[in-house]
Amino acid sequence: MDKKTAVYICTGCGIGDALNVEQLLEEGTEEFTIDVSKDHPCLCGVEGVEVIKKDIADEGINTVIIGACSYRVNYDVFNFGPDVIVERVNLREQVAWVMPPEDENTQELAEDNLRMGCSKAKDTQLPEPFKAEEEYSKDVLVVGGGIAGMTAALETAKAGYKAILVEKEDKLGGFLGKMKQSVTMPYKELADTGAAEMIAAVEAEEKIKVYTSSTVEKISGGPGIFSVDIKNNGNAVNERAGAVVQATGWVPYDANKLDHLGYGKFKDVITNVEMEEMAAAGKITRPSDGSPVKNVLFIQCAGSRDPEHLPYCSSVCCLVSMKQATYVKEQDPEAVNYVLYKDVRTVGQAEDFYRKAQQDGNIFIRGAATEVGEAGGKLFVEADDELLGENVKIEDLDLVVLAVGMVPASKPAVTPRIKAPADAENADEEGMIEVLPDSGFFANSALNLAYRQGPELPTLKYGFPDSHFICFPYETRRTGIYSAGCVKRPMETAKALDDAAGAAMKAVQCSELTAVGKAVHPRSGDMTYPEFNMNRCTQCKRCTEECPFGAINEDEKANPLPNPTRCRRCGVCMGACPERIISFKNYSVGMIGNMIKSVNVPEEDEEKPRVICLICENDALPALDMAGIKRMKWSPYVRFVQMRCLGSMNLVWIADSLSRGIDGILLMGCRHGDDYQCHFVKGSELANTRLSKVSETLDRLALESERVKFVEVGITDYEKIPKIIDDFMETIEEVGPNPYKGW
Amino acid sequence: MADVQTTNQSILVVGGGMSGITSALEAAEAGYDVVLVEKNPYLGGRVAQLYQYFPKLCPPNCGLEINFRRMRQNSKIRFFTMAEVANISGSEGNYNVTIKLSPRYVNDKCTCCGKCSDACEAEIDNTFNFGMDKIKAAYLPHEFAFPMRYVIDPSIVETEDGKKCQEVCEYGAIELDMAESTFDLNVGAVVWAAGWNPYEAEKIDYYGFGEYPNVITNVMMERMASPNGPTQGKILRPSDGKEVKNIAFIQCAGSRDENHLPYCSGICCLASMKQATYVRERHPDCDISIFFIDIRALDRLEDFYTKVQEDEKIQFIKSKIANISEDEATGNLLLEGENTRTGEQLRMTFDMAVLATGMVPNKIDIAGAPEVAADEYGFVINDPEKAGIYGAGCVRRPTDVASSVADATSSAFKAIQSIARR
Repeated sequence: MDKKTAVYICTGCGIGDALNVEQLLEEGTEEFTIDVSKDHPCLCGVEGVEVIKKDIADEGINTVIIGACSYRVNYDVFNFGPDVIVERVNLREQVAWVMPPEDENTQELAEDNLRMGCSKAKDTQLPEPFKAEEEYSKDVLVVGGGIAGMTAALETAKAGYKAILVEKEDKLGGFLGKMKQSVTMPYKELADTGAAEMIAAVEAEEKIKVYTSSTVEKISGGPGIFSVDIKNNGNAVNERAGAVVQATGWVPYDANKLDHLGYGKFKDVITNVEMEEMAAAGKITRPSDGSPVKNVLFIQCAGSRDPEHLPYCSSVCCLVSMKQATYVKEQDPEAVNYVLYKDVRTVGQAEDFYRKAQQDGNIFIRGAATEVGEAGGKLFVEADDELLGENVKIEDLDLVVLAVGMVPASKPAVTPRIKAPADAENADEEGMIEVLPDSGFFANSALNLAYRQGPELPTLKYGFPDSHFICFPYETRRTGIYSAGCVKRPMETAKALDDAAGAAMKAVQCSELTAVGKAVHPRSGDMTYPEFNMNRCTQCKRCTEECPFGAINEDEKANPLPNPTRCRRCGVCMGACPERIISFKNYSVGMIGNMIKSVNVPEEDEEKPRVICLICENDALPALDMAGIKRMKWSPYVRFVQMRCLGSMNLVWIADSLSRGIDGILLMGCRHGDDYQCHFVKGSELANTRLSKVSETLDRLALESERVKFVEVGITDYEKIPKIIDDFMETIEEVGPNPYKGW
Repeated sequence: MADVQTTNQSILVVGGGMSGITSALEAAEAGYDVVLVEKNPYLGGRVAQLYQYFPKLCPPNCGLEINFRRMRQNSKIRFFTMAEVANISGSEGNYNVTIKLSPRYVNDKCTCCGKCSDACEAEIDNTFNFGMDKIKAAYLPHEFAFPMRYVIDPSIVETEDGKKCQEVCEYGAIELDMAESTFDLNVGAVVWAAGWNPYEAEKIDYYGFGEYPNVITNVMMERMASPNGPTQGKILRPSDGKEVKNIAFIQCAGSRDENHLPYCSGICCLASMKQATYVRERHPDCDISIFFIDIRALDRLEDFYTKVQEDEKIQFIKSKIANISEDEATGNLLLEGENTRTGEQLRMTFDMAVLATGMVPNKIDIAGAPEVAADEYGFVINDPEKAGIYGAGCVRRPTDVASSVADATSSAFKAIQSIARR
């Protein structure tokens, strides 16, 4: 587009008092083509906005640079529609409110900020949303036909969309279909499972296409344009889908590993799943001889909350044992149930069912089983009774039920191994290494994604493909693919119903956003996407390896094959690319490079160091804003450059900055590591890793390593920001000015 | 202000906490028009008052910031703060709703410069900090407040202070004659995400809350630990400002108790363990005792329990504390009960006690509103037979943030289905 650019400086909120606005407009814009430049005492007021709108209408202004408050406020006021580029230059929270007024350094800071804004506006283009060549589908592929899968399909249909349901067994229902009864909201009495009705509803729903005895052989493409190969009773079928819900459920923990609890040794020691199947089949009897049961003992956390087995809690087993105790009592009111537990975990209104189970006369014993044995044809269990403070022996038991936990269907029985990278420390003799759970090569086969980063969803440490984010439980490492139900997290039926509906919501939403070329969370609505200038690609594979969302495939010659509908627009690929060939319309290596180049570097004898701070817009930048709102003070020598994610940081910016005399580079990004807070999962960590390569640049320039520093800044760390900056400035002062100034 | 046009294709979300924000965003991002109303002057609800989340110990503002950004760039959402539902009638696919807006006395010209607050002398109890400190009567609710706009407390509207605020504002943002107003909406579905209130700890009379200053609640503790809280993040005894040397967390304070809240609020165990980590971080010498009935750390949250148990300064004691009394001279608290593990009578003295009180749902309490199913505790039941108004988050069950968000996402879908059916 032909740009007609206007600059507006607001003099309100103390900006006019702190700065020489006339000089700012002159110095800050002189290197740029600016058609209109004005100041206004209250730009966000009705009259101020009117001035801008009038210039847009009368002068044909289509690029507006606003020197005023933070972009985080008045975003709606300064929105002039999709055809006008708006660039916000912060003169308030980062300048007028935190720097001494009418000061040379303050003025220079404002001028640099304006220059950077002008430079960015010059290089920014309006986004042109991605449109795939294929026709978009908004159908939802649901993998797994248990309670979560069936619910996801039904909810999708109720919202007017179509679903394709793939189940490996010959009938729908999953574990729900095997249960006798359920205990669910409102947790007063046992209830019918509703499985038959649910299966009938799915089968009757014309918007749902059901494939039983089927597996997903391959999913290629991306959101909106998934191509799904299904093997249906041996026949190959292809379907198209806009998004995917993985609801492949769970398997019980292998009780054969619990021989210390008598499983496999005594026939009358069974698992809760076997108990349920027996109850559903009709009568609960002793497996050893088919005789009726009088005394039953449930061992809770059998293998759960146990570092040797499953370290986590499966959250449903307490309720399940209480339910099964009820079956026993219903069958024989004189029967006695013992429940041996660590903690009873009936949260929410489910506490009501625990109360009922106690009132029904079931005996709860807090303690751990020390021995399960057999005497006189009956079982006994010895346990440390925590409340009595002594070892107790419960004898004459007909049945011992082990409340085993849930293992996600995605968890491999044996961790797969791959060829270790050259620098790996724990490779075996054959050079192989265990695949980590957060790899796409870890989980059991379910989706078979034709993705360069592996066929399955990356998982958390216990094999659940769940989100690591508390605020965003449907965040996923593979765009448009959402997990639901017990494969994601152990959960009871009431929660699985909601979780599946939520996953279906996300699936439909992803299809809708993709169809109009918009990104999904966390940059939802972003219409830019990375464009690759393939002429200069050196097939180094960094982009395909580093993309946190597996968006980029590779051909056999290692050329990247971007899948824009999988992209989350974080810019990690752009940061990774040594050839700088990856660009967004409003964010590119060249653009940020030019912004940094627009910063004036004073001569050494002026004794005014210059530091570039590349700052993540998700957490660190709002924290900086907050520090500004709190009127904290920091060095006027730092120039902040906003990053989509620190993972988009390209090392060339650091090299270029240092080679033109910038004294130091400060990087502010999110926490990484196990409890990472990076909204793009790996961005912050990758930036930190990339930094290790900065030493080459520094060595080449014969500069000190202290000139580049990475700091983790959380959104509430605003109190720490002045000190972080001051400490860094102190370091820069110690190492002295960059000798490349003036080159 | 209320020039909002809606149709029976629109969705109303009541409550601007994490659940409401989520429902609104999820529906809007799928292409639906949404109106979000929140009674406080800011969005964010209870999570905005939290210092950190368990188990990651990360700041809730981080997620809120992302959500506010999603909201900023999405023209499908209109939101109103200081707004409540005054009336609602109709049925699925066609509800007529009247929204009442309380006067903020500050209009959208506010630039957040803070001069009104500087000029104002009158102070009011800071409700954001549960009254543990005071703020000026012209105030920003908290520094991450969204929308970022000041509020004038009604108490100074007719006073000299009010006039001073108005005079000092250079932008004409203060309108002392602002009055309560209403506007009407037509919507196809409603998501009720009005959240929860902490159980009133005064009702548990044997714990002396309200009588003994050093007995506080878990939500107060959260504010105390926040750097922007009443003590700038220091854990100090309310009675004398002394740093705590030993502190007790009393689990199930009023919960799992048929005289109070018969249900379990699901989050208090983890919240107390999290707060124990706050104390340890700030006061490494402080001894911590957590008195519990059962520790309920579901699924992988068990890892957090495992980690906290490794801390030698934190001991878990299985006991339902029967009584708290205060030593008047020192302000110290004597806790009495039975250690159910040893069977011994327990008498222990602490500087401070934190009551892990439960969640009470904010049910639909609007005269003449269509009937919405609820259980005996007031939690909304999403009855498929009475579709159209859906509960989301802690109005349905007491639960943590991740589950609330998942639930709110599902409720957004239910609301979309209501519209699709018409």
